[in-house]
Amino acid sequence: MAPLLEVENLKVKFALRFGELTAIDGVSFTLVRREKLGLVGESGAGKSVTGFAIINLLSKPGYISDGKITFQGQRLDKLSDEDMRDIRGNRISMIFQDPMMTLNPVLTIGEQMAETVLAHQKVSKAEAMEIALAKLKKVYIPSPEERLRQYPHECSGGMRQRIVIAIALLTDPALIIADEPTTALDVTIQADIMDLMVELCADEDMGLILITHDLAVVSQVTEKIAVMYAGKIIESGPTADIIHTPRHPYTQGLIQAIPGNSEAGRRLNQIPGMMPTLTDIPDGCAFHPRCGLSKDVCQRETPLLLPTDNENRLVACHKIGLKNNF
Amino acid sequence: MNAWLRFKDSYLFYSFKRDPVAIISFTLFFILLLVGLSAPVIAPHNTYDTSTFDIMDSELPPSWMDEGSQDFLFGTDIQGRDLFSTMLFGLRTSIIIGIGAVIFQAFFGVGIGLIAGYLGGRLDAFLMRVADIQFSFPYLIVAIIASAIFQVAFGVNRYEQLAIPLLIIIIGISEWPKYARTVRASVLGERNKEYVEAARVIGLNRRTIMLRHILPNTLTPVLVISTIQVPQAIMSEAALSFLGLGMPITQPSLGSLIRAGFEYIFSGSWWITFFPGILLVVFILVILLLGDWLRDVLNPRLYKG
Amino acid sequence: MNNPQQATHNDALLTIRNLVKHFDISGGFLDQLKWVKGKIKRQRTTVKAVNDVSFKIKSGETLSVVGESGCGKSTLARTVLGLYPPESGEIIYQGARIDDLSSAEMLPYRAKMQMIFQDPYASLNPRMTVARTLEEPVVFHKRARTANDVKAKVAEVMEQVGVDPQWADRYPHEFSGGQRQRISIARALTVDPEFIVADEPVSALDVSIQAQILNLMMDAQEKRGLTYLFITHDLSVVKHISNRVAVMYLGTVCELAPTKRLFESPRHPYTQALLSAIPELGRLKPQRVKLKGEVPTPINLPAGCVFHGRCLYADDRCRNEIPRLLLYDGDVHIACHGVEEKRL
Repeated sequence: MAPLLEVENLKVKFALRFGELTAIDGVSFTLVRREKLGLVGESGAGKSVTGFAIINLLSKPGYISDGKITFQGQRLDKLSDEDMRDIRGNRISMIFQDPMMTLNPVLTIGEQMAETVLAHQKVSKAEAMEIALAKLKKVYIPSPEERLRQYPHECSGGMRQRIVIAIALLTDPALIIADEPTTALDVTIQADIMDLMVELCADEDMGLILITHDLAVVSQVTEKIAVMYAGKIIESGPTADIIHTPRHPYTQGLIQAIPGNSEAGRRLNQIPGMMPTLTDIPDGCAFHPRCGLSKDVCQRETPLLLPTDNENRLVACHKIGLKNNF
Repeated sequence: MNAWLRFKDSYLFYSFKRDPVAIISFTLFFILLLVGLSAPVIAPHNTYDTSTFDIMDSELPPSWMDEGSQDFLFGTDIQGRDLFSTMLFGLRTSIIIGIGAVIFQAFFGVGIGLIAGYLGGRLDAFLMRVADIQFSFPYLIVAIIASAIFQVAFGVNRYEQLAIPLLIIIIGISEWPKYARTVRASVLGERNKEYVEAARVIGLNRRTIMLRHILPNTLTPVLVISTIQVPQAIMSEAALSFLGLGMPITQPSLGSLIRAGFEYIFSGSWWITFFPGILLVVFILVILLLGDWLRDVLNPRLYKG
Repeated sequence: MNNPQQATHNDALLTIRNLVKHFDISGGFLDQLKWVKGKIKRQRTTVKAVNDVSFKIKSGETLSVVGESGCGKSTLARTVLGLYPPESGEIIYQGARIDDLSSAEMLPYRAKMQMIFQDPYASLNPRMTVARTLEEPVVFHKRARTANDVKAKVAEVMEQVGVDPQWADRYPHEFSGGQRQRISIARALTVDPEFIVADEPVSALDVSIQAQILNLMMDAQEKRGLTYLFITHDLSVVKHISNRVAVMYLGTVCELAPTKRLFESPRHPYTQALLSAIPELGRLKPQRVKLKGEVPTPINLPAGCVFHGRCLYADDRCRNEIPRLLLYDGDVHIACHGVEEKRL
């Protein structure tokens, strides 16, 4: 099957007053239709920037300096702003952490949904409203006819996020990029929204990139996981493999650091230090100052993301790459 | 030394270095401030000493014109005073009144805003209504009534001596609500922040919390509005003086100089109004430009891409 | 000090009895006036944040209060510390009532009870260096006499929380979120408290940093014999750190039980729904208990059990009568008519 989205060696830089910073350093992954990928990492790992780069929404000082982004056979990084606008919000939709980033507080929900439909499809206003209503039903919003006439502030946080998902579905996109869609919501609502997203991807034949810091959420939703650290993917593979047999020391540490898995009351396994900021990414493996297994080679050479076990399981660590010589 | 190094590394200094308008404005402002405040030392003539000027020198044009004299760079006024020296003294008076009035406003406004914002409730409602009432009085009316009462009560001679503090108080009183409102708004934003709760958990009393914790965090907007309030106060003073309610002509400010010259502008002595006018405009402009730059730098939400 | 309560509460460090906290959000007099059927009426709007909450915290334990946003857990924390005056009810610390004390009378308790906050970016005064922030409580509560003693005390606490004392002259913005949270903990520890209220102390932090902070808090508890009231919405953190858990819903405690029992056999329908919604790493939930509807606003509380509108088992009694928090099997408190009637 031809991939839906193919990202190859993506590099994003920020041109700042004291020079250029590399925020994303050679990220590659592919996604086929109906596939769900979890992009996991702590704040500053570059996961959101990757999402923004795919739809070319990087804010000002940031730009794509290298790499290829191919979506349904089309090079997104080469598109003009106008062509990109036609893809964004049409064939690729984005869902943000804060629903109010998408919703306009002064328009009713019906108005803004119809507006989105009319921008991408040649239909009458009444037909646009019909489509909007159908999508609201799709995301299980109670009394959808009434909601169309309401303003965003009349809805609860969970309801707003459902409406944002309905808006994302309006144009029957092939790919949804969801950036921390449930981080601001309570657990019971988070579970509902995640169930909904899984169901929709199957029903609507969509791909999903779920960007989050929460490994537990991702493990419930996606088939594949890519773990990011300091602008690079350091490990990727099928979800179950990553969760049960993590190979990279960072992924291992991250999983062990989650409370609730280890014995209660005991010290949690902590990763010392913190993720480097973009201004002081260390040479060699970016994780080496925090890694208990680090050796000379880790300080000198940057490990490549190489297959282990099988071709879907990639790890960037000298311990695995060099095996016996480490 | 440490503070200077920190300042040199700061974003403030960085954006200052990069902004030519800010550099020019700051340089001009600094020169004018220095020149104005040291007027008694550097002015070629002491214009407060009536014995030094000669009525024969009156209304001489600037030195580069045919009838001009080398002694008087920008010419003389109707009493034969050196206009250049008078302008320097006038600038000094304007600066003292402008900054004095702003300090007065800021002192009252910040204090009242802090109390209203932190204590809240009825006191807050009362103080803000007082501010509204104060705001609805044009300063001109306050100034007319105050100076009329003062001149009646103390006589015109005494008024000449006390004009500067009186003007500071009049302009100060009419503008304090601006500070009070700004500070109250930022206090309302700060007082529920967790560091204030932490101070309450420690058990610190209200006064300490207000002065040590909240006040320093409300001063950025105070600094920004001060850059608008100083020129505003200088212009208010100039306007009052132009109407004859401000500085007496024996110790002129820039405003009263402009007014004094205005009466002779049709008899051809344009310079008496023209030069003080230019000086006033330049001085106010540089402060406003400096304030504009400062506001952009200090406001994190407004950044230029 | 012949307080009759002293005898009955000698095992409890802190007792909360029938605590109620409401907030009037109706604004000034003019804002309160409303048109009701052609007449102007004065109406007050109150948020009923905490309603009739009672529990005890034993010395040396960690009691977690969990609940979703708006359930009143943060208000409870702040009311316990006297940051908000309660409407009614009693707060008893080591046998003495502290909810009706003046600020002067409260001072000795201020050093015993401290707080750690959620947002590491807002909990430190941005205009004060770390040294000034940490010295302030030491000097105020006279924990050290000379200037050198104060400095030594601050350095000692900074060392304990893992922040290099050489950085004391820096400002908060020069530190990362995790380090700021350490400094915030240090501020609470400088006065050698017995009891610490922690309001979502790790919610704003990344997982790897979160583990560091939780370890630090557990170490401090062990070394200093601290008692924690731990407020959070994160159930995996609760499971790890607490001895007992109180689950709050709409301002009331619906279940309070030892952690292990609560996670193994939750009995209140809301607790069941809440626990079944936690995503667990790599383990798919067998059956999630889905709730109907949404949380009502705390302005108009439902009559009867606050949970009845979303409960699958609610009957007429639940709709009319407020359930009391009753004790079962020695150490589980549940407020549910269904459990009381043995139908759940």
